[in-house]
Amino acid sequence: MMRYAKLGGAALVAIVVPGCASAPGDERSAAEAAAALHASFRPAGQVGLERLDQDDTQRACSAASGKPPPREVAAKIEAANLATVRYPADGKLIGDWKNGEKIAQDGRGKQFSDDPAGPVGGNCYACHQLAKSELAFGTIGPSLYRYLERRGNTVETQRYTFAKIYNSEAFAACSNMPRFGYKGILSEQQIKDVAALLLDPASPVNQ
Amino acid sequence: MGDPMKIRAAIVGDETEVKVLMSHEMETGQRKNAKGQVIPAWFIQNVTVVWKDKTVLSAQWGTAVSKNPFLSFRFKGGAKGDKVIVTWVDNRGDRRTDEALIA
Amino acid sequence: MTGVRSLGVVLALAIAPAALAQSSTADEIAKYRAALQDGNPAELWEIRGEGLWKAPRGPKQVSLERCDLGLGPGVVKGAYARLPRYFADADRVQDLESRLVWCMVTLQGFTPAEARKNPFGNGSAARSDLEALTAYVASEAKGVKMDVPLDHPRELAAYRVGEKLFYYRGGTHDFACATCHGEEGKRIRLQDLPDLATAEGARAAYTTWPAYRVSQGELRTFEWRLYDCFRQQRFPELVFGSDAAIALTVFLARNANGAPFSAPGIKR
Repeated sequence: MMRYAKLGGAALVAIVVPGCASAPGDERSAAEAAAALHASFRPAGQVGLERLDQDDTQRACSAASGKPPPREVAAKIEAANLATVRYPADGKLIGDWKNGEKIAQDGRGKQFSDDPAGPVGGNCYACHQLAKSELAFGTIGPSLYRYLERRGNTVETQRYTFAKIYNSEAFAACSNMPRFGYKGILSEQQIKDVAALLLDPASPVNQ
Repeated sequence: MGDPMKIRAAIVGDETEVKVLMSHEMETGQRKNAKGQVIPAWFIQNVTVVWKDKTVLSAQWGTAVSKNPFLSFRFKGGAKGDKVIVTWVDNRGDRRTDEALIA
Repeated sequence: MTGVRSLGVVLALAIAPAALAQSSTADEIAKYRAALQDGNPAELWEIRGEGLWKAPRGPKQVSLERCDLGLGPGVVKGAYARLPRYFADADRVQDLESRLVWCMVTLQGFTPAEARKNPFGNGSAARSDLEALTAYVASEAKGVKMDVPLDHPRELAAYRVGEKLFYYRGGTHDFACATCHGEEGKRIRLQDLPDLATAEGARAAYTTWPAYRVSQGELRTFEWRLYDCFRQQRFPELVFGSDAAIALTVFLARNANGAPFSAPGIKR
């Protein structure tokens, strides 16, 4: 079964999703689930029902039901998502860490209860430790404290860091981390600012 | 006339322990609604507890007390079957009185 | 003022290496929550709910005392621990809240829209009858072992659909329920997350809803919990009593089988 990952109408990479129907019952449950979903939500605020439509990555990762996908599928997902990364045209990958910290603390944005014109944050502290002084951090993702020391400040690291925030599944298929750039959650400047939070030697993350 | 309170009173040694759960918004007057208008302060100002015509507790509350307040205290004396009467009055002049028997 | 609860309870943060300070923060919060168990405002909703159950209401001016919650007409004790389940008269798997709506419509003559209005209260000016009724019925199952049936084919189908929905990744953030609730020992900020795909996690979590949510100042039900999760997942608005809501409830409640039901609880 071939599906095409699309961005703005241009087909990118085909993701093969083998073994969708492991059993007739499973396929029926998936179909019933999709039908139930569309009948069970209503649009509200800035959120329409199109949010329920899955792209190929989401579909493949849902089918995995919490387990890591098979290696071949994972590799295809990562390749497709890596292809979506848009590096900054001006070549600058690092922004302002002070703004990055604000973005990391802010959990607002994209909810139907949010003002569509309001600020959108990355909510990084929901899942990660960052600056040592912030005790209220989550553990869904690894600690990013002392990121610079562990990763070094090479161009490769800067490119990886930017790309990881832009589209986390470029490097980890079915990652729990949102694809902040690709899905239009954070702007390019915001991603640069979060990268600075991680890589700027003056950032509290590296103190 | 506010919502009913839930009162429990029980003997503990030579004292009576009274626990009261009150239903009240306890609005501080500092919050704003979605339109940016201040939500007016609305809170319990006085609480009185009477046992055998004696005031065993008299309290003056302010806006630091949270919504649906829970009050727990003990007084010396009391016997099973005695009546304990709780009254609150809020800043709008609304009041509520409920009673319970000591278990 | 003795023992008066205030939201300004002081949390003692130890000045210590970050890891130690960090775990003592969580410990202090746990102590604060334990202290809140006494005088749970949920009791105010239970009292109001019992009144609503017994009062003659609606166009037919009849009480809900003939409502069948699965254990026979009018049997409230223990009913919550056996829900959701298939009901032949409605030809549908129903959770408590959709069953209450059913009874309000068929017994009391309310229209479905009237019965379903205001599912989530907002202050004394906008009270929810459904939340009060749910609190009352739930309180009558305190201590009863969770025993959600999976005998009827529709119950089984609902469980499977619920499981699929649990892993359904969508929205701008690619979140599924499993994103936060699919792994052991994780937390968001300082809120511990149960692994709801396991019996252990489901038992710990499902049995504490409905609950008085201090931050909301309201008694919140399991339908509300699902609605609010989906809001934070950047999904559209979950429809009250919908197939997806019921399917997920079947999945999670059934996973909780065997544990004693302990709601209504109190939460942050």
